[in-house]
Amino acid sequence: MSNEAVLHAHSDVATHDAHGDHSHEHHHHETFITKYVFSQDHKMIAKQFLITGMVWAVLGGLMSVLFRLQLGYPDSTFPWLESILGKWAKGGHITPEAYYALVTTHGTVLVFFVLTAGLSGTFANFLIPLQIGARDMASPFMNMLSYWFFFGASIVMLSSMFVETGPFSGGWTAYPPLSALGDASPGSKTGMDLWIVSMALFVVSSLLGGLNYIATVLNMRTKGMSMTRLPLTIWALFFTAVLGVLSFPVLLSGFILLIFDRNFGTSFYLSDIFINGVGALPNEGGSAILFQHLFWFLGHPEVYIILLPAMGMVSEILSVNSRKPIFGYMAMIGSLFAIAILAFLVWAHHMFVTGLNPFLGSVFVLLTLLIAVPSAIKVFNWLTTLWRGNIRFTPGMLFAIGFVSMFISGGLTGIWLGNSALDIHLHDTYFVIAHFHIVMGVASMFGMFAGIYHWYPKMYGRFMNNTLAYIHFWVTIAGAYMIFWPMHYQGLAGMPRRYYDFSIWESFKQFQDLNRFISLVAMIVFAVQFLFLFNFFYSIFRGRKVTTLNPWESNTLEWTTPIHPGHGNWVGEIPEVHRWAYDYGKDGKDFIQQTTPVGADESHH
Amino acid sequence: MSTTTTATTPKLWSGGKSPFNVEYGKLMMWYFLMSDAFTFGAFLISYGTIRFSTNGWPDPNVVFKSFPFAPEGVNAPLVFVSIMTFILIISSVTMVLAVKAGQNMDKKGVTTNLIWTIIGGIAFLSCQAWEWNHLHHEGAWWGMNPFLNADGTASSTNFTNYFFTITGFHGFHVFSGVIINIVMLIMTLMDKFEERGHYLMIEKAGLYWHFVDLVWVFVFTCFYLI
Repeated sequence: MSNEAVLHAHSDVATHDAHGDHSHEHHHHETFITKYVFSQDHKMIAKQFLITGMVWAVLGGLMSVLFRLQLGYPDSTFPWLESILGKWAKGGHITPEAYYALVTTHGTVLVFFVLTAGLSGTFANFLIPLQIGARDMASPFMNMLSYWFFFGASIVMLSSMFVETGPFSGGWTAYPPLSALGDASPGSKTGMDLWIVSMALFVVSSLLGGLNYIATVLNMRTKGMSMTRLPLTIWALFFTAVLGVLSFPVLLSGFILLIFDRNFGTSFYLSDIFINGVGALPNEGGSAILFQHLFWFLGHPEVYIILLPAMGMVSEILSVNSRKPIFGYMAMIGSLFAIAILAFLVWAHHMFVTGLNPFLGSVFVLLTLLIAVPSAIKVFNWLTTLWRGNIRFTPGMLFAIGFVSMFISGGLTGIWLGNSALDIHLHDTYFVIAHFHIVMGVASMFGMFAGIYHWYPKMYGRFMNNTLAYIHFWVTIAGAYMIFWPMHYQGLAGMPRRYYDFSIWESFKQFQDLNRFISLVAMIVFAVQFLFLFNFFYSIFRGRKVTTLNPWESNTLEWTTPIHPGHGNWVGEIPEVHRWAYDYGKDGKDFIQQTTPVGADESHH
Repeated sequence: MSTTTTATTPKLWSGGKSPFNVEYGKLMMWYFLMSDAFTFGAFLISYGTIRFSTNGWPDPNVVFKSFPFAPEGVNAPLVFVSIMTFILIISSVTMVLAVKAGQNMDKKGVTTNLIWTIIGGIAFLSCQAWEWNHLHHEGAWWGMNPFLNADGTASSTNFTNYFFTITGFHGFHVFSGVIINIVMLIMTLMDKFEERGHYLMIEKAGLYWHFVDLVWVFVFTCFYLI
């Protein structure tokens, strides 16, 4: 379907060529509702995803501050906590139930709502049509639905925090029997029902979005934009969408079985259970491990759903700001592809200690360690892109370099954890917390920040303030290492995750000061994020205005649109593409945009 | 990476129209069906793992031996479900005919065959409703299993749990397919596709319908044959 046909949904499929000599200045009459609320413009939907993601990031971050307060100061009381949390912090001390609810919701919210919807939702929407040269998504309507399903999921999740028995508190992985039996804990009652409804809505949102991203990347590229001329952002977002479309349905199956176990007396995940105060349950024949398989079949690809968009944006930003072509473009695509395939074949490394057959475990060790190969390819390509580059340290660039740093630091511990023998000691300790927060959480947040700082001029036609951005960056990267580096030592010493109070454990008392230090830094880092939020919202209205079309002197198509692109992105024809996206420093020219035809005397690479 | 040589290899698709020469809606449908295949795959693999980690399982020839209007106690193993399956497969054939008629811009052919497909779908759902109702009367439901294992020992409830969940999920898909086909029928009768100059929507609905039939083949095999 041609690009034109998208904006004229009723028109013929076999329409005119995308480069017909029509003018496409669209002056649809737009009301506040159609422009800002039920918008079908991919750029507005991207902003909706971003701002909803920000709200969740603040809430999820605040939760981590609250439970770090408990871990850092287990003996102190904070009367103000009771005024916020009421019965969940009686006497100014967070109750164990509230602690578990906070940990669970923090995980769910950060993984799904911030780093999946907020990250790939934002940038897939914003960048795919702009960078491939399309007027909008393949189906703008489905795109709008995708956001509103996410919004619905958000509302349900939010409301779960206000039910009397509290939100779900059995960990973001929602393992049965805690998730399957209402009697198992207070949070397993209504809170879990709402959690599951919210997640089901989220799966629908992700499916609608993902199908759209795939169809758009494959079908809507402008003339000349072959797959191997796509910026790496698009490749990464494409693989992200494929991962989502193929892994979320398995989670949905798992959830459907869970709903039946919770409400309709089945025993898919239940067998031989005794609950204190209730007695032995009649359920038999099910398997709690089955849920873990279904969950991690999504759960592992999910970490790449989170990471790949960051990788793609970082590749692009590093190249633009090093004024050098990305090193090993095809190797970058190949490694993204390899990661996407391996993502589906390693899920059982989350389950080494569940009683998994050690032989099967060794297969998963091999497949898991194989991921080190494409990951290392990517890291070396980023480093060689930076090597001898003419580096411009814009805020976006700093965060992109920070991403590479985090990905290396966190990736190396992945090699430890991927070994099933080491995992016997390390599983469910703070070592795991440190590993996945650095490699997936902080790294992807850095990718997201890099993307926001870099594409902010395209989003709002203004720049964000650099000074605030530099403070934001340096405090965040230093803080992130100060928070998570010590956790490696705690984990090696065997300190288990998800414990409420370590001060009563002789073996972990020694970490009391360290825990307090981590909590303190966590609060500082959280506070610094408000600098970013202030910068973001202030700059929408008061930031320095963008005066040139291409402020970063970048090659990609989004910088050929007007400073404030309307719905349809380009006035008049969509530009034709003549080259790949990375002609920086070629033939003595600083950069050559993709729209520039290849000259007769141009050198070959 | 070469910037100039790609222009000299015209066989590689280089923008302007789709690489697979399909319209985006059909591409989306294919990806959706892949996604849905993973949903059913997860269900059926779950069923397989639970079944093979359980000692004993009811014999489908004993469980599914009834027939509507036949006297109680009739022994007609798998006869009824074979008829159901036959109906569904025939409805796939009429769907093919509808798609074919659409490609020839034959409105009358599309209408007739869509109606037959819808009737087939509804007939299948009715059969399923009868079977569920019958099993429920025998005491089977989620969490309740009156049937014994093939070796005469007591059976776990997971036989009925999985049966009702997976055939129910499939039935829900058939139901959605019937709704989609009814919408297609209405759009055909309103000349929507004549105005557009193509019946591509019918092809997409057809893809979905064939997928649902294909899934039934697996569901049928897993629950009735094995």
